[in-house]
Amino acid sequence: MITSQSLSGKVVRFVALGLWLVITLFPLYWIVITAVKPRSDIYAFPVEYWPQSFSLENFITLFRVSNFGTYLTNSIIVSVSAATCVTLISLLSGYVIARFEFKAKGAVLMAFLVTQMIPGFIALGPLYQLMVNLGLVNERSGLTLVYIAMCIPFSTIMLRGFFENVPDALEEAAMIDGCSRIGALFRVLVPVMTPGIVAAFIFNFVSCWNELFLSVTLLTSDANKTVPTALNGFITSYNIDWGSMSAAAVLTIIPTMVMFAFASKYIVQGLTSGAVKG
Amino acid sequence: MTTTAPGRRAAEPAAPADPPGGRSNRRAFTRRRALTIGAFLAPAFIAVAVFTYYPMLVGSLGAFRTWTIYNVADQPWSGLDNFRTILADPLFYGTVMNTIVWVVGSIVPQFVIGFALALWMRRKFRFRGLYQALVFFPWAISGFLIGVLFRWMFNSEFGVINDLLLRSGLVESPLPWLASPALAMPAVIIANIWYGVTFFAIMILAALQSVPDELYEAAALDGAGKVRVFWNVTVPYIRTTLALTVLLRTIWIFNFPDLIFGMTAGGPGGRTHIVTSYMIEITQQGEYGRASALGLIVMLVLAIFAVFYLLATREKKEAYR
Repeated sequence: MITSQSLSGKVVRFVALGLWLVITLFPLYWIVITAVKPRSDIYAFPVEYWPQSFSLENFITLFRVSNFGTYLTNSIIVSVSAATCVTLISLLSGYVIARFEFKAKGAVLMAFLVTQMIPGFIALGPLYQLMVNLGLVNERSGLTLVYIAMCIPFSTIMLRGFFENVPDALEEAAMIDGCSRIGALFRVLVPVMTPGIVAAFIFNFVSCWNELFLSVTLLTSDANKTVPTALNGFITSYNIDWGSMSAAAVLTIIPTMVMFAFASKYIVQGLTSGAVKG
Repeated sequence: MTTTAPGRRAAEPAAPADPPGGRSNRRAFTRRRALTIGAFLAPAFIAVAVFTYYPMLVGSLGAFRTWTIYNVADQPWSGLDNFRTILADPLFYGTVMNTIVWVVGSIVPQFVIGFALALWMRRKFRFRGLYQALVFFPWAISGFLIGVLFRWMFNSEFGVINDLLLRSGLVESPLPWLASPALAMPAVIIANIWYGVTFFAIMILAALQSVPDELYEAAALDGAGKVRVFWNVTVPYIRTTLALTVLLRTIWIFNFPDLIFGMTAGGPGGRTHIVTSYMIEITQQGEYGRASALGLIVMLVLAIFAVFYLLATREKKEAYR
């Protein structure tokens, strides 16, 4: 119960929330607007807030001067395969942590949580060396493996929270009916938890899609580059071409934004449940 | 966070908990149970051990070796040499100061704005779900790309921020934002505040919604005003979540060079280098040993910080009872 609010309070509240919405969305608006301006209008000052004419030339240039199509394909391959594997693996680990009591449980959880807090950059050099030894350096499959390891801890913790929301009775009933444990997990629990699993998949996909430092370290040839690696190349070049850059940014942002919008409710639930439960 | 409620123990898969066969069956059951746990955890555990813990361990040991990209085969032990080099490096102290400014300057406004938003969002309104999804969107973007977006907006010649400032009459001539030693850090922090407010808003909103209505009803019966209810009911109830959120966020921002990389890459003249972005630059120069030593220093500082922070917030909580 929250006591009723005065009219002035209401006005303040809606103005504040509206203002924050504008501030939040403005950078997105700006990069989209920049991307669809003709090249000459991008470098105009005072700035044009609504373009006088629209043009796709930045996108055309982007695909002409760089292999952006290849980078997109690489990113999709790596992110989809990594996110799929991570979600499957952490379904198993999250399930065990949610449903069983065992001595090492605290230690296992701690081992996962710690990876979320320490600067992973210390591992970059040795990881490169390890991948050289395994023959996986500059390979999309090698990067995929590293991404799987990167995403497992958080994905496990998130899915564990979703498992805890499903009553035990469900899979017990299935197991009494002669289902194996793994059968009960995939035939009974997974269908019930679909929204949570989709959210975990999306979260993992976005983490991989956005990852920069590992891909910059492990990928060397242009043919294997993912989108963030390529963007990093654009930005370190002497003269940044903001036309192609904004086009590339828009193409990078849109897929993840659409996915997040669909799953935001469950992602929020997954993120907050752990912390609030304490 | 890692402990489970004792009540869960009773909820273990109880199906054949007391099999009629007695002890031997029971042992077989226990063994099967251990096997299940092991088999289900193995893929996750192996992946994390091989690709996270192993390189991290090697990296940590590398802090005590002479280890550069120019001579990977030969890595003689060198004791504390790498640490001495770092402590003798004047740029290091600059990055430490920058890191403090970066963390404090980001987290305080993020917390305050995030808290205010959460309070405003607590009451249901039409399209609240849509609103939450919209303000959530920065999270779909990488920190690096956020940096790039703000690099463009803060551009000194064609940037929209200078344009807005000029139009509103706040400045008379365009500011050189990212090229200026004095303005670069504030610009980077503004971008980071923009990025991080949502996280606080969402965590605090979830915490606010966990406060039981009865508490508010009781307080209202006692005739407590809004301000008193806030300080005496709401804040104490969500204190643990607040403390934990701030701790996690502090560590996270400390370890967050992505945005800086996209926006300034540490420039101008190292003025926006934080310790972790500096560490990456050293790594990219091939000075692995030195980078590892810096990494160990960071971990040590963060661990000490976390322990003190947890002790401090715990004491407060107990004093409150």
